[in-house]
Amino acid sequence: MTISWTAYDSGGAYDELIRSSGRPRPAARQLARHLRSLGDRELESLQTAAELAIKEMGITFTVYTDEGGSIDRAWPFDIVPRVIPTTEWSRIEAGLKQRVEALNLFIGDIYHEQRVVSDGVLPREVLAKSKNFRRQCVGVRPPLGVWAHICGSDLVRDLDGTVYVLEDNLRVPSGVSYMLENRLVTKRVFPELFEDNVILPVDDYPSQLFDTLAGVSPRPAEHPEVVVLTPGIYNSAYFEHSYLAQQMGCELVEGRDLVVSDDDVVYMRTIGGLARVDVIYRRIDDLFLDPEVFREDSALGVPGLMRAWTAGNVALANAPGAGVADDKVIYAFVPEIIRYYLDQDPILPNVPTYLCTDSGQREHVLKNLDKLVVKPANESGGYGMLVGPASTRRQRAEMARRIRLEPREYIAQPLIHLSTVPTVVRDHLEARHVDLRPFVLSSEKLQVTTGGLTRVALRKGSFVVNSSQGGGSKDTWVVETS
Amino acid sequence: MLSRVAENLYWLGRYIERAENTARLVNVNGHLLLDLPKGTATGWQPLITITGSEETFLAQFDNFDERSVVRFLVAEPRNPGSINTSLTAARENARTMRDFIPREAWERINELVLFAREQSASGVSKRGRHAYLSHIITGSQTIAGVLAGVMNSGPGYNFLLIGRNLERADMTTRIIDVRSASLIPDEPSTLRPFETIQWMSVLKSLTAYQMYRITMQSRVRRADVLTFLLQDNDFPRSVYHCIQDAERAMGELPRNEAPLRTLGRLARLVSGVEPGKLSQAALHEHLDQLQVELGQVHESVARTYFLAQPMPAVEPASLDDSPPLLGEAEATA
Repeated sequence: MTISWTAYDSGGAYDELIRSSGRPRPAARQLARHLRSLGDRELESLQTAAELAIKEMGITFTVYTDEGGSIDRAWPFDIVPRVIPTTEWSRIEAGLKQRVEALNLFIGDIYHEQRVVSDGVLPREVLAKSKNFRRQCVGVRPPLGVWAHICGSDLVRDLDGTVYVLEDNLRVPSGVSYMLENRLVTKRVFPELFEDNVILPVDDYPSQLFDTLAGVSPRPAEHPEVVVLTPGIYNSAYFEHSYLAQQMGCELVEGRDLVVSDDDVVYMRTIGGLARVDVIYRRIDDLFLDPEVFREDSALGVPGLMRAWTAGNVALANAPGAGVADDKVIYAFVPEIIRYYLDQDPILPNVPTYLCTDSGQREHVLKNLDKLVVKPANESGGYGMLVGPASTRRQRAEMARRIRLEPREYIAQPLIHLSTVPTVVRDHLEARHVDLRPFVLSSEKLQVTTGGLTRVALRKGSFVVNSSQGGGSKDTWVVETS
Repeated sequence: MLSRVAENLYWLGRYIERAENTARLVNVNGHLLLDLPKGTATGWQPLITITGSEETFLAQFDNFDERSVVRFLVAEPRNPGSINTSLTAARENARTMRDFIPREAWERINELVLFAREQSASGVSKRGRHAYLSHIITGSQTIAGVLAGVMNSGPGYNFLLIGRNLERADMTTRIIDVRSASLIPDEPSTLRPFETIQWMSVLKSLTAYQMYRITMQSRVRRADVLTFLLQDNDFPRSVYHCIQDAERAMGELPRNEAPLRTLGRLARLVSGVEPGKLSQAALHEHLDQLQVELGQVHESVARTYFLAQPMPAVEPASLDDSPPLLGEAEATA
């Protein structure tokens, strides 16, 4: 059936493409017109073609199964892109750069003077209870003072159109390979739109990533040996690790491929013997990096890696300990952190956040559990969350008990009514909620991906965009409007 | 190239070759049994012996009937050498080096694994077997072809070739060994019509019949068949030819002294005898020796290049300028 935009209903949410009047937003005008021009079965067949392309291209993500095995699933993708006008994007881009610049200064400060604490911006007890603070990093000076070389910040848009930063991922953020592959697939599906529109390209990311990594090599004079360190093929993001290594022309290594010599230099085992490694883009969590220092039972890491890093013989990206700024309690202080280090007002707002450590705010949270979203301070991937409006009385009581017991471990935020994008449901389009994860690269300069990865909750009305829980993704177009 | 990747490529070569060989073996045995009169037929047991999997087989099946043997060789997940297990292992190996293997080859491997798995019921059935096995053989050949056509030559491809040729040589010796043992007594005894058929089937399970005819220009005789399969220069599945291919590939690798030496010893062993003149017992001993030597070559390759290689004691002082070579101790031993 032919699409009628006036009949399209976003359920009250801010729609990224279509205004409530049913008129397309300016940047999405051509896309909306093109979609409307599609014949009866065309939409469905385009979606099918895209899914087939994804299967053929082998774009997968891994799902863990109950039997302990894992399966490679085709990446769920929706053909209707999300569109952002360049005017709006440049503001977001500036906001992200500002944020990451401040976060890097913050992390460096935390592992040295801790001025931010002594100047009273961040309460000492917040830092003292940070789970991702690594005492092993105190005093270390990574090249260029960069700790978070790759940051993935999640952006959400509320009912009134305001874009908020929901969280910053400074440990091992993933998803960028899907951003790149989504574009390839979309070019196959809508080639004509790429001819008529000025859609900014995304495909220079791998070379930017390589430059970012090469820029922190401890031996700047040499051609740097950059490697990607993966936990292995059973990791859910293995596809991405392999993809990025391939795109950058780097070796994809596992812990067992690397060895640290007595003089604290990292080598990889090759058929020609040992070869020195300069920069490791590690996709392994801190605690698994080095069994000599962190978890002794880690078979994924490399004994001695921290020695080599501390000695300055190898660069790790992201640096160990960078996750200290991932903490959701510290997140609440990021606007203050930006003001403190950069003497600027934050360009992108935080989602209002209630700290359970503050007795007044805690009481507010406990009284409004049915309206708020409560998140553990140090989990990622949506674990241990309470979504108030969708919770039972018993779940709320349990959460209240935990908050009283360990107030430092929880924060609460109002539920953001995520914006929507038209999404293919069989032969027609329906509104589905989305978020956006752009990636920010820092070394000699700051660079932001054009757009980022748009994740979409494929279930009607759902706000859960995680691929393991029925989420999919869309291409993201940053479009020049005349 | 990373040691782990080299190892994976080597095994990728071996597993694909193994799947193809097993498919050929089952296919030809089926045809042979149709040609032989009831009573003289050796049945299906030799296939289990050839693949060296009696113990695993008997742990799951009571007797060597057609259905059990074919199921075991085609689909049995507990048989590490079954077509399905080999291909799955090949795929897992390929999956860990997606960045190394051309996308096209990966897609063909993927496709073949899915086919082997999804169609295995028809592969076990009498009616569907031939088509199934042919698809496995063509599929393996396609993968080899794609790899040859689009993969960079260099160490990676060389490891693949070494794996493939060692596996192929190993299978050729096994087929000769088992087939000749279950055959009729040494020549020149009275010629029995079925003996020719059986030697033909030996040739056919190695797809060697046509090439044998061209090269040997003689009727099918034990001595000629053995010479052809063990020593022929030009036939790609003859043991000697496999060794030469492996040698060429190995010649381009760094630090290849030790593996080349073991391979050279194997080559001398193959060409140093006139197989046609060996008695059945002596032939068996000879083939046994060849298999031991093939194992030695594998050991030497693994020790020199693969991940499990022992870490040599490194002198820290020497680390900065020239990284010490792993496995050097073995190379000079």
